[in-house]
Amino acid sequence: MSLLELRELNKHFGGLHVTNAVNLTLEPGEIHCLIGPNGAGKSTLFRLILGEHHPGSGEILFAGENITALKSFARIHRGLSVKFQVPGVFKGLSVRQNLEIALQSRHRGAELESEIDRLLTFLGLESEQKQTAGNLSHGQKQWLEIGMAISLKPRLLLLDEPTAGMSPEETHMTGEMVQRLNADGMTVLAIEHDMAFVRQVAQRVTVLHLGQVFAQGSIQEIVADERVAAIYLGQAHA
Amino acid sequence: MTGFLSLLRRLEGPQTVGRGRGFWGLFAVVLAVALAYPLFSDGYTVGNTVYFFVWVFIALSLCVIWGYGGSLSFGQTAFFGIAGYGYGVLTLNFGSAYGFTLVALVLAVGIAALFAVLLGYFMFFGRIAGVFLGIVTLAVTLMLERFMAQTAGPEWHIGSARLNGFNGMSAMPPLTIPWPGESIVLFADVGLYYFVLGLLVFVYLALRILMNSSFGNVIVAIRENPERAEMLGYDIRKYQLITFVIGAALAGVSGVLYTAWGQYITPSSMGMTAAALPLIWVAVGGRSDLTSTVVGTLVVLAAFQALTIYGSQYALVFMGVLLVLTVLIAPNGLVLGFMNWLGRLAARFTQRAG
Repeated sequence: MSLLELRELNKHFGGLHVTNAVNLTLEPGEIHCLIGPNGAGKSTLFRLILGEHHPGSGEILFAGENITALKSFARIHRGLSVKFQVPGVFKGLSVRQNLEIALQSRHRGAELESEIDRLLTFLGLESEQKQTAGNLSHGQKQWLEIGMAISLKPRLLLLDEPTAGMSPEETHMTGEMVQRLNADGMTVLAIEHDMAFVRQVAQRVTVLHLGQVFAQGSIQEIVADERVAAIYLGQAHA
Repeated sequence: MTGFLSLLRRLEGPQTVGRGRGFWGLFAVVLAVALAYPLFSDGYTVGNTVYFFVWVFIALSLCVIWGYGGSLSFGQTAFFGIAGYGYGVLTLNFGSAYGFTLVALVLAVGIAALFAVLLGYFMFFGRIAGVFLGIVTLAVTLMLERFMAQTAGPEWHIGSARLNGFNGMSAMPPLTIPWPGESIVLFADVGLYYFVLGLLVFVYLALRILMNSSFGNVIVAIRENPERAEMLGYDIRKYQLITFVIGAALAGVSGVLYTAWGQYITPSSMGMTAAALPLIWVAVGGRSDLTSTVVGTLVVLAAFQALTIYGSQYALVFMGVLLVLTVLIAPNGLVLGFMNWLGRLAARFTQRAG
């Protein structure tokens, strides 16, 4: 059974069709990258999957269950988790407290403290744990939020531009982080513009264009596809 | 036993300023002074001090909802009024025998909380937030004020309690503790002082524990970033509603104590001025910290009363100026700013000593 299945998903704001009959299937255990020019509807698709937007028509199935009508928090309980495009950390609270809030519903007492320590080590943020999250560098905020997202032990992790604003080294480290998580069985769907990252991690790539699935395949197939190159240069609908 | 100990450990934490021996030593000294104070003062002055204490509960209610929860409620006075009138109606009908005034206290606070459940449900489950929440709550309190102001006629009564329009309700019995032999009537002097002081210490410590618990964590998380909090699996509407109801109950405690203190309540207790003043106390003290709120409220109230001697209009203008200055100089509150400065100083001192 596929882990996530989007069936004929439509969302329009007024006359603007942001997603148009999108069909997408994710198999358990894969790293899938979603690419496409600005305004292709990638982030909207994430918001539909998370329940922040509701589709005009179509269905969302998660592990075989229809979750189209569920509230966001209930979808998280089913095993979804997300890192937003703009880092969504609790800026006024310490790094440690950020992780505590993410972990406290699964762990208590001494176990909670050791889980926080383990996660801090995984993220390389041990020395920053008392720092206010708002004072972290952009890349560190991204990692902290990834840490919060994975602390829920999700079956499907959604990453919206996980490497935005990162140096090439940081991007590569993030890629390795994602691969380690995937090796532990986590399915990942990532929106990304950084092609180095996509090449590093993606097992399958979907190209979204004008709210529709434009192409799908391995990274080699996508790179070789002349039509894909064309839409990035703005010639597709000419 | 271990459960109790883990509760005590929550007295300190990231959500409350003040920790360690220094803080609790100071807390003990302040408490001892407060306990001894009536011995060195006269009944009238003590009664006046109780009046200050009475307002601290509504300030704490705003601290919880606004400072910790991030939702600015402009209408805490609605719950203050509902509980105050509730206490009046209940005790005027059923008297004060057999400790009924204490039952009335609980019931009146319960009525205010119930009203908050209803109002809060529509606001939070209807996703009203930010400035709109302030507008709705302000509208509610002003509406209640208007409504109560037009209940002057004899047809406006609940049982034997006349509502009395703008003149307000009066002559309800003070809080009375049943005691073998003779009941203890808590008139607005030493007796009521100890009762309110005890309640205040209890509420303050209980809120410290609550705010440093996992519940408190979620509350501040919602203040910092509601979307992120929801995407960690928290039903934020439920948390916001519970916080709102706790706050309403605290405002209700203020309302009952105020009514029992002066044996008197009027619609203007829910009016514009009444609604705005707690905001100023809490903002000036430091809305995101319980201790700063308590200290700030008491200091501002004392200053306000001292100024009123020279004319109440000037005192109100001064309050406005104070609010503007706070926003400009120390947006997080003057008392909180001062305490953080003290904390940094102490840290530097211990560093040098070490």
